[in-house]
Amino acid sequence: MTFLLRRASFYLITLWAAITANFLLPRLLPGDPVQAMITKLGGRLNSDAMASLYILFGLDEKKSIWEQYVDYWGALLRGDLGLSFTFFPTPVADVLSQSLPWTLGLIGVTTIIAFLLGTLIGVYAGWKRGSWMDTLIPVTTFLSSIPYFWLGLIVISVFSVTFPLLPASGGYAAGLVPEWSGEFVGSVLEHAVLPGITIVVSSVAGWILGMRNMMVTVTAEDYVLVARAKGLSEKRIMFAYAARNAVLPSISGFALSLGFIVGGALLVEMVFSYPGLGYVLFQGIGAKDYPLMQGVFLVITLAVLVANLLADVGYLLLDPRTRREG
Amino acid sequence: MNVKTKLGLGILSFFTVIGVIGDWIAPYDPSAMSDDLLSPPSGAHWFGTTMTGQDIFSQVLVGTRGVMVVGLVCGVLATVLSIVVGVTAGFLGGAADEALSALSNVFLVIPALPLIIIVASMLPSADTVLIAAVISLTAWAWGARVLRAQTLSLRRRDFVEAARASGERTWRIIVFEVLPNLMAVIASGFVGTVIFAVMLQITLSFVGVVSLSTWNWGTILFWAQSNQALGQGAWWWFVPAGLCIALLGTALALINFGIDEYANPRLRKVRA
Repeated sequence: MTFLLRRASFYLITLWAAITANFLLPRLLPGDPVQAMITKLGGRLNSDAMASLYILFGLDEKKSIWEQYVDYWGALLRGDLGLSFTFFPTPVADVLSQSLPWTLGLIGVTTIIAFLLGTLIGVYAGWKRGSWMDTLIPVTTFLSSIPYFWLGLIVISVFSVTFPLLPASGGYAAGLVPEWSGEFVGSVLEHAVLPGITIVVSSVAGWILGMRNMMVTVTAEDYVLVARAKGLSEKRIMFAYAARNAVLPSISGFALSLGFIVGGALLVEMVFSYPGLGYVLFQGIGAKDYPLMQGVFLVITLAVLVANLLADVGYLLLDPRTRREG
Repeated sequence: MNVKTKLGLGILSFFTVIGVIGDWIAPYDPSAMSDDLLSPPSGAHWFGTTMTGQDIFSQVLVGTRGVMVVGLVCGVLATVLSIVVGVTAGFLGGAADEALSALSNVFLVIPALPLIIIVASMLPSADTVLIAAVISLTAWAWGARVLRAQTLSLRRRDFVEAARASGERTWRIIVFEVLPNLMAVIASGFVGTVIFAVMLQITLSFVGVVSLSTWNWGTILFWAQSNQALGQGAWWWFVPAGLCIALLGTALALINFGIDEYANPRLRKVRA
């Protein structure tokens, strides 16, 4: 268990660092955009909302930085992230809780699909080295060099504009009310196809390449040779001997690539106007809505850390060495 | 050097040359408007024109410099940072290692894109060099991690012990004994950072948080998206810039494969 405890405490430190960066950024950087916003919105803010914005953005200069920091934590722990300027007067926390499920659904499912698919293709490509599978490498390299959002634009122009097969924007058809009905769920799935394919195609290449290279390295190990000498079946050697060892760096790499993938996936949401956090962030950028942007950053960081912890549990199950030390 | 590496170097030199001479060979002023509104590619406008009649071919040529500059500046800055942090952590070990490793892991795990978007949009003027500096601050961590691991495996080797026994200073051992053995790792880290930086810069321009007064491939895509180029079927507005990004990225990745194969002979092509 020490392995998990150590990882968990690392994630807590990371979370603290992210929250503290969020606290310091508006105070360190020049300019006072939030003050300008508050002046503009003027009388429409009530005193509670004013107070929380003052706490979050350090406009209350009579207090020492330390007191401001304590107040800031207090506000966060109450779930108070300030008011959104874009969706005024909705609190940021409400905006985020509406869009989070969309992002978790879309990015979560596509990332798992891309990881499984990419790892499987990588296993075969590494095992059958020197066959036609080698031509996959330049192709996947090219695909992984395409920015996610640009692929999204191309996908829209082909499958929505030139051949109008699937919807290009939104999370469900206009006019439907979110509920557990067949019609609504069908519409959600239909709208998720294009952004989903975009994310899978852009992110699968990284897994294929990493897994292939590890398979190539592992295949040359002595224990694979021994397994062959014992006359085990090809399939057994490939999966239970080579792949099981080769996949470990992919899983620990999963944790580290996730932040990057999520960044790309947020861009895909923007391009497809998908009602998740990415699109909310995009609307926030346009309006210079700092409370909203910072809220999105915190929620995404939290989600990435939780996903990392889950990947660590997977690692624990696959690699007995991490279990033994505890 | 194999064909793939040569191809990668070739494409990279091509874009570098365009980055230098792009301003001079561009047939039009990239921001100048004309009467050819939203016209498809033709002899006069190789990549077509925008909604306001700007020549897209000129925008791509002029925009190359911004992309290459950010790639190079970030590559250098972030590589230096990663060497300082990674090699120090790996060589010193102990508490310094724990602290520096935790620092680079924190930077790796936190999603960089939303953080940089926030920083870039808070800056009063987000010009090219400033953006390059901000990107470098998030781009060094991966290289540092790889360098640390490699240094750890080197620091107990015989030639390092010999240098230590003969009384060389720590900094001298690091610079003259350890660093030369890390060159392949440093080089591939540099190339990886350039890819990361170019992608991030183009993304930031596309989202619209970077100053739009200078051209780069991302700004072209920003204008294409904000003028609904897709809905109007103006594919020529966003296809060239995107293909350039993909080509440059592929070239850099191919160079990295070359470096990997040089450092890890098992990855080299099996000869029949």
